[in-house]
Amino acid sequence: MKDRPRVQDFDWTLLAIVAAITSVGLAEIYSSTHASAMAGLQWKQLMWIGLGIAGMMVISRIDYHTLLDQAPIIYISGVALLVVVLGLGRAHFGAKRWMQVGGMDLQVSELMKLIIIIVLARFFSDVRTDRLTLADLVKVAVVTCIPVGLILIQPDLGTAVVLVPVALLGAFLAGIDWKHAAAGLVLIGLLVPVGWNMRNHLKPYQQQRIRTFLHPEENPRGAGYQILQSEIAVGSGGFWGKGFTKGSQNQLGFVPVRYSDFILAALAEEQGFIGVCLVLLLYLGLILRLVDNAQKAKDRAGMYVVMGVTAILGFHVLVNASMVIGYMPVTGIPLPLMSYGGSATAFVFLALGLVMNVRMRRFVN
Amino acid sequence: MVFAGRALPVDLGPSTTRRAGVRLAPWSGNDQRVPQGRLAIFSYASVIFVVLLLVGFWKLQVVQSGHFADLAERNRVRSIPIIAPRGAMLDREGRVLVDSYPSFSILLLRDDPKALQRSIPQIEEGLGISHEDLQQQLEAARNGPKFQPIVIKPAASLADIAFVESHRADLPVLELMMVQRRRYGHGEMLANTIGYVGEVSAQQLTQSEGHYRPGDIVGKAGLEKEYNETLEGTDGMRRVVVNSVGQQVRNLDDVDAIPGKPIQLTIDLDLQNVAESDMAEKEGAVVAMDARTGEILAMVSRPTFDPNDFAFRIPTAEWEKLNTDPATPLLNRTIQAQLAPGSVFKIVMATAMLETKAVPETLTEYCPGYATFYGRMFKCHVYGKGAGHGVVDFHRAIVQSCDVYFYNVGKLLGIDRISTYANMLGLGHRTGVDLPSEETGLVPSEQWVERVYHRKWYAGETISVAVGQGAVTTTPIQLARMIAGVASGGTLVQPHLLKTLANLLTDHFNISEDSVEKITQGMYGVVNEGGTAAGARLQNIEFCGKSGSAQVIGYDVRNRMGKQRQFKDNAWFVGYAPRRNPEIVVAVLVQGGEHGGAIAGPIARDVVKAFYDKKTARQQQTATTEGPAPSGAPGEVLATVGARQP
Repeated sequence: MKDRPRVQDFDWTLLAIVAAITSVGLAEIYSSTHASAMAGLQWKQLMWIGLGIAGMMVISRIDYHTLLDQAPIIYISGVALLVVVLGLGRAHFGAKRWMQVGGMDLQVSELMKLIIIIVLARFFSDVRTDRLTLADLVKVAVVTCIPVGLILIQPDLGTAVVLVPVALLGAFLAGIDWKHAAAGLVLIGLLVPVGWNMRNHLKPYQQQRIRTFLHPEENPRGAGYQILQSEIAVGSGGFWGKGFTKGSQNQLGFVPVRYSDFILAALAEEQGFIGVCLVLLLYLGLILRLVDNAQKAKDRAGMYVVMGVTAILGFHVLVNASMVIGYMPVTGIPLPLMSYGGSATAFVFLALGLVMNVRMRRFVN
Repeated sequence: MVFAGRALPVDLGPSTTRRAGVRLAPWSGNDQRVPQGRLAIFSYASVIFVVLLLVGFWKLQVVQSGHFADLAERNRVRSIPIIAPRGAMLDREGRVLVDSYPSFSILLLRDDPKALQRSIPQIEEGLGISHEDLQQQLEAARNGPKFQPIVIKPAASLADIAFVESHRADLPVLELMMVQRRRYGHGEMLANTIGYVGEVSAQQLTQSEGHYRPGDIVGKAGLEKEYNETLEGTDGMRRVVVNSVGQQVRNLDDVDAIPGKPIQLTIDLDLQNVAESDMAEKEGAVVAMDARTGEILAMVSRPTFDPNDFAFRIPTAEWEKLNTDPATPLLNRTIQAQLAPGSVFKIVMATAMLETKAVPETLTEYCPGYATFYGRMFKCHVYGKGAGHGVVDFHRAIVQSCDVYFYNVGKLLGIDRISTYANMLGLGHRTGVDLPSEETGLVPSEQWVERVYHRKWYAGETISVAVGQGAVTTTPIQLARMIAGVASGGTLVQPHLLKTLANLLTDHFNISEDSVEKITQGMYGVVNEGGTAAGARLQNIEFCGKSGSAQVIGYDVRNRMGKQRQFKDNAWFVGYAPRRNPEIVVAVLVQGGEHGGAIAGPIARDVVKAFYDKKTARQQQTATTEGPAPSGAPGEVLATVGARQP
């Protein structure tokens, strides 16, 4: 039994998988941008990774119990920040979701992902029994829905939706009553038609995204064009791929935001099914390794923290990969550790910091 | 607040109070048990999801990979036709009559109907195309394959090109294509002979079995049509890689266009110019031909058109106008006007008379200005202008073109002999000139009347035919060939416009030396002995010919209708030089010109004069260059030296 958590106690297997995924990501960012005006983007991404690792070191040092202890304050601060962003945040790509911090654009909603992990972990570990009451569920729903709503108003459907799995997986692990789950499903089943009728109240771009998802062939040069081009990139990659920097869909810019949200399409084109297999298996390894960390957590609080991180990362991978092959609408959810993006990358490493935090303390008393 | 009222549990574990200086909340660490079962379910679910995703990727990347590879290739590669320039047309001295120059066409890509529909208003506005026009073009191309673009703007201006270039990203349905436009540098000159080009018709498209694409330019009339295969060349293809906004990134490969071959014509631009300016605003035709070879030196048809108007796509309204114009500007009168030859036909009569000997060559008639046959009066052309021709023999009958004399010849010959000789001299069938749509003219006969009108031949009709009236019709080129044939002693050449035309068909008919001499003496007299074309006389040149003033309608009808212009006689003159074995023959038709010798004669004279002026100039030039200099290639000198050695 050790007395103090040490960096040596980091999960190096997990970090090796992370290193492999980020390397593939950096290579594909290079391939996607080297011949364009954005050449050198991989160095910017590497800088974000460095910052993320530093953040990971810092966050792993703060005992997660302390963080969870401060959950109410963290939560209130987070929600307040979201409100401020709504008021002051500058419009960026038509959405108010960025804050300028020291010259860098930071997405507050990314921070909100970390906050919701901590807050829900605290909440679920407060539940003593093995079964959530309806009151518990309502509270979880309220805690989750406030930030989700605020992010939706920004509007950023993608990030807002990402918060939900943390609550759902948490509820599942905390022991949801199957009757409640069934009731919830029925409720969603009822809400979908209502929401469908309410679709005219969505933002035009959201309406467009839904329409595009339902009828991609309708508008091949508009938003459906993105999905179609992504599918063409993936499909034309074939089994072995066209080779590094050799994908025409990628190199000629047919794949939309190929260095970011659609980086998996770019990879699928150049590295083929083999490359996709490797990457998806790496992600599966990452998820399973995270679950392993959850299983070995010292307490339920640690388990919830780790599984919160797992829920978000897993959801990202699932939705992003599905989008690339046209199984889901374009939601702007990046592929963690591979897509270019400062805030998103920083978030993943900070989240991994939480995981390390839990792991380092599994033997500590 | 959610956390506020939560009651703290009572049993605080022993390990949850204080650790490493951090005060621990009483809630934490209260339960070490982790829900292993549910975590396992989550793990299995993760594996299933990854497998499902891989199945999805497998479907795209392995099952449908060929399809998507196709789509990627179509994204990446754009094939742009390189239009082969059409071959030029040169005159006999290599001067350019017609050539091609590069210009841009705007193509509309139709493989994406939705994007197309959306872009239409912007395209119409940006390129200044009317909505109806564009719809009409889309409708016309509706049944063609979608991947074939259509030409919506054939001759793009700089502004149009700039519009397409600047809207590459938002109007990807537009593409520029370099085309070769036809340039008729001399405008209306020789227009009916040269013809014009136009967009390939839907019918030609299907018949060509892929040889043509929509929007291709083909010869539609005249030489452009006749020698289309030689002129058109083979289009090439440029395959370029384009990026997502349609910019060309690099060339893949080019299949070069093979330019069409130029053709050299027999036309002499100088003679053509003379004929063109002589005809000016007159209605009619001029055809000048080398009588020895059949090479056409000049060919004029009036009224005419400017083939540049057709160079790409002629507006429907303009086409309608040209096509329905009562003056028929699209008709090439030299080969398509089938008109009564009038007195020019008397050369056929004279040949038949002398050759068959059915009429004694010593025949003389008295011409009081008219004659009566079968109870009907037939006028001579001098009728009503004082006295008749008086006593007329064979020679004078030709020189003065006495109708009464030839009425009698016709009566004695009969229609059978007349039609036999007319056919023998090349009338009634095509001359074989290398132009599309040549007409045959008509030589009437008893059989023809029976076949067409189911009646017997009236003897009176023979009298009309004898002076080139009645049912007999000829084209100007037939008359030129006929006169040249008689004057050359029975050789009918094939008129042609292509300098290098091989396998020329030459016809011969039997005519005695004596007959040729007598007839050509007569035609010499027409010009040089105070005959009907005395005004066309040329110094030092044996210019001969035969005039004709042919009625367009019968006298009876004309008297009823009054003397309106369109009923004025057609003036004919077929002139040649020299008298025997002619070098040049010129047929002139002036519709409504009335007096063959006076109106048509001078035009033929001018062309013949230009021909000999050039010939003299050329002879003088060669004489001066050959004269003093001991010319000759070194090879020749060597040969001479070698030959001297014993």
